[in-house]
Amino acid sequence: MAELRFTKDHEWIRLEGDIATVGITDHAQNALGDVVFVDLPEAGREVTEGESVAVVESVKAASDVYAPVAGKVAESNAALSENPGLINSDPTGQGWFFKLEGVDAAAVAGLMDEAGYAAFVESAA
Amino acid sequence: MAESDSALLETPLASLHRELGGRMVPFAGYAMPVQYPAGIMQEHLHCRAAASLFDVSHMGQAELVGEGAAKALEALTPADVQGLKPGRQRYGLLMTMAGGIFDDFMVANLGDRLFLVVNASRKEQDLALIGAALPAGVSLRPLPDRALIALQGPQAVASIATLAPGIADLSFMGIGAFEIAGVPAIVSRSGYTGEDGVEISVPAESAEKFARALLALPGVQPAGLGARDSLRLEAGLCLYGNDIDETTSPVEANLVWTIGKRRRTEWNFAGAERVRQELDTGARRLRVGIRPEGRQPARGHTEVHAGGQKVGEVTSGGFGPSVNGPVAMGYVAREHAADGTPLDLMVRGKPLAARVAPLPFTPHRYAR
Repeated sequence: MAELRFTKDHEWIRLEGDIATVGITDHAQNALGDVVFVDLPEAGREVTEGESVAVVESVKAASDVYAPVAGKVAESNAALSENPGLINSDPTGQGWFFKLEGVDAAAVAGLMDEAGYAAFVESAA
Repeated sequence: MAESDSALLETPLASLHRELGGRMVPFAGYAMPVQYPAGIMQEHLHCRAAASLFDVSHMGQAELVGEGAAKALEALTPADVQGLKPGRQRYGLLMTMAGGIFDDFMVANLGDRLFLVVNASRKEQDLALIGAALPAGVSLRPLPDRALIALQGPQAVASIATLAPGIADLSFMGIGAFEIAGVPAIVSRSGYTGEDGVEISVPAESAEKFARALLALPGVQPAGLGARDSLRLEAGLCLYGNDIDETTSPVEANLVWTIGKRRRTEWNFAGAERVRQELDTGARRLRVGIRPEGRQPARGHTEVHAGGQKVGEVTSGGFGPSVNGPVAMGYVAREHAADGTPLDLMVRGKPLAARVAPLPFTPHRYAR
């Protein structure tokens, strides 16, 4: 499985072949608390890097989820409407948000790796 | 929140909160636990099922003593304070001269004095307002050296009664002095969750020892401000600054029940003119419960539309763990305030279908 890359907004992205999967990090889900609702993008939507693409609602607050890189939404995770708690229980697995196609592999590679993200979280604490 | 972290005040339980893994956030100038490791959802559900301990020491406590104290307070509130019997507590509103709500508060008759609990965010203003209204011989004593701890939930009274059996004899809004685990305490059977339970005022220096004694009781878990907020929202209880403020009147806020019967013949409280007029002709807007359809919450400040027109605003909204769905309250124009009226909540530019719903969302379970 390809390695994860990370943004300063606490999204992760995993590029496998032509498809990049995006979600929020374990740190982010822990900070949000129990997720109760997600608003996900329609397939076919063109998104730019840093664009607000999804919304995640916990018991206490709503937060935007941004596109880590530009691309076209290929699919959103339908399982989250029924079971948004997957974002808490398995944030980098079954709790994925959406998949992007047509992304620039170099843009993904330019994001933080796991060690870089861990250092970023540490410095922000 | 304007305060920087370094300027935040702490309650006497601050180190206990950190020991318990509380996530501290700024609230009304204090560093307070928004949640513990269990999380808001579990803390909320635990309170409805067993017993939860909340630190509410940030709230303001004070005593009013002297001949005529109750009469003096009645100049500021439409509550019946003079008719409050010893050992009884009452919820009331402090009023502005223009008929808005200056704060909401609890007043109790402790026999030789009145005992007041006011909101953390308003305590300085409240004490100044009350202090300025007192005649000679009546004095206001702030109690900054007391902590306030709430124990709430269906098992709360049975649990604490193992330490002080007399507490079980209090009925809802009863209050009395007890010694609990060696600590002198003022206990009232009241709270802010819709559940049975007590709020306990203890000396600050004994607060940590006291809280540890409660946490050692079977079924008691700590709960933070996050669960406190979702519990009170499901119970339909107002949060000052969100659901009521100086612009909202008691009639608009659906808090007419806090106005004493005698007070409605005297009309001698601050802001009485507006209240009287709105009772006669009806308020233009009313506070109502709102149930969004589906799972998506609508938060405070969400615009409420009907027929394409703005008819109001959500003042508190979120997810109700016991309701297992989104819940909200807010103000709507009177013609849209009947239970079942369809509304559109404008969430991120899109209409979210909702209906006016009766409050509370979860039935109160007070020991009446």
